[in-house]
Amino acid sequence: MTLIEYKNFYYRYKGNEEYALNNINLKIEDNKFILLCGETGSGKTTLIRCLNGLIPQFYSGFYRGSVEVAGKDTTITAIADLSTEVGIVFQNPENQLVAMNVEHEIAFGLENLGIESGEISKKIKEVTKITEIEHLLNKAPFELSGGEQQRVAIASILVLEPKIIVLDEPTALLDPYMAKKIIKLLKEIQIEKQITILISEHRLDLVLPYADELILMKEGNLIEHDNSNKIINGINFQTLRLNKPVIYSIFNQLKEEKLFNQYIPASISKVINYLKGL
Amino acid sequence: MKDIEKQLPLILIDNVDFTYPNGTKALRNINLKIDNKELIGIMGKNGAGKTTLIRTLNGLIRPKNGAIYLYGENIASKSIATLSKKVGVIFQNPMHQLFSNSVKDEIEFSLKSFEFTKEEIQNKTNEILKEFNLEKYRNRSPLNLSGGEAKKLALASIICRDPDIIVFDEPTLGQDGREIEFLINLIKNKRKKGKTIIIVTHNIEFANEHIPRTILMADGLILADGPTEKVLGNQILVEKASLILPQTHQLNLALKKSGIQCPNDLFSKDKLINFIRDFIKNKTSEIVEGND
Repeated sequence: MTLIEYKNFYYRYKGNEEYALNNINLKIEDNKFILLCGETGSGKTTLIRCLNGLIPQFYSGFYRGSVEVAGKDTTITAIADLSTEVGIVFQNPENQLVAMNVEHEIAFGLENLGIESGEISKKIKEVTKITEIEHLLNKAPFELSGGEQQRVAIASILVLEPKIIVLDEPTALLDPYMAKKIIKLLKEIQIEKQITILISEHRLDLVLPYADELILMKEGNLIEHDNSNKIINGINFQTLRLNKPVIYSIFNQLKEEKLFNQYIPASISKVINYLKGL
Repeated sequence: MKDIEKQLPLILIDNVDFTYPNGTKALRNINLKIDNKELIGIMGKNGAGKTTLIRTLNGLIRPKNGAIYLYGENIASKSIATLSKKVGVIFQNPMHQLFSNSVKDEIEFSLKSFEFTKEEIQNKTNEILKEFNLEKYRNRSPLNLSGGEAKKLALASIICRDPDIIVFDEPTLGQDGREIEFLINLIKNKRKKGKTIIIVTHNIEFANEHIPRTILMADGLILADGPTEKVLGNQILVEKASLILPQTHQLNLALKKSGIQCPNDLFSKDKLINFIRDFIKNKTSEIVEGND
């Protein structure tokens, strides 16, 4: 089922001469873990801002074409209305945490939707368990560490049960241990809830092992969207200057030496399986 | 540099403690010796004291106990301005250090504070804008730069003063492969010119591949100090510092666990490529022999 569809979409920020997005055509399906990658300035964040109507409703600029989320045109549907379909977690969770304590933070969206309090408590219990923040309910968001804040931000989106959760560099401010934990948690949530998760991330080594699909962007253009195996074995991925994982570099070189002619493994366990199978 | 200075460690941190006014003990009993021309990484979880430690080097933070020596001289009585000539610190968030009306003004301002002549300022500004590929943004406001470009400008505004010691706080954060390559080349060039470089980073793969010596911090203490491949290969310490093993070390460990015979020190990309290349060649030649 198609959840999101960009049709011939162009966008240019007011005051800029170049288009940040150039003729984007993209369909995003349900129940997928998708990695969005591209060099800095390639349009990843702009692409994400189109999903809940922030572009064009909040940012000033010029657009052509359309973006639909669950059949709703994002250029005219109220942002609040879109946020039940798609939940977005930005890089710095501090910017989106507003309540006095974690429990209120997570309840905030549900209260706005007029859900009754018994139901809210039940939902909060469920999402705080998944995100492992049950012990933080009475704390103020500013008392939390970066990793805890990020999990609260994810819980407050998850509780609204959107069909798609989008995260813009969610681990940028986290230490590696917490970053790995959050990415693994997101994959578990995606499988358990059968939703789509779209992540923009520079730490490819953390996300690639879990990604079903990849979207590659370059200079405002969407250059490839396919299953991840196919993309990481293609020329676009090879030539883009991304932070490629060490195992990619190893097998890419062996491929060039004609010693390896299969799909480049995306995870360490796949490397081992390949070598054991020789 | 005087002869005597050459023999002293460039930076000597002697028993330094620092506690913030709210009671957080950010540094506990820190002892550290950094020699001239070293490239050194400081790693550890958020709140471990890494940023506090580098702030002591240019006097932004003055330790209550212990002393810091630069070229053998105690820096306690030196002003931030004096220290900034020797130690250039590039902060994590470029927007915290950019405030001029244009890219060119930003560099010029940085140089004006350091007694250069008007002509020198002009020449150095042109040079640095060229080196950092920022010429085309010369008259643009720093606020209208992308994150990556703003980071470059912040870096350029420190490098233009030519400090002996360059300190980076999370230089690879949010940077793509192209920007990281630029950084790596810059570091190589500066080291050739005899500079000492200190990098605070969470980027394990970057540290593993490019930084020879790493200090691991947790709770204001130095947990480990040594060759990067050894420090980052110690699973217990790495977990204590909220890091993960570099992918090379993970792969080496997975190879051993799977029963594949391999050396214990495949800690770099090149070593792994060589091992896997030989492994594939051996296995495929076995098949050929088998067919005979």
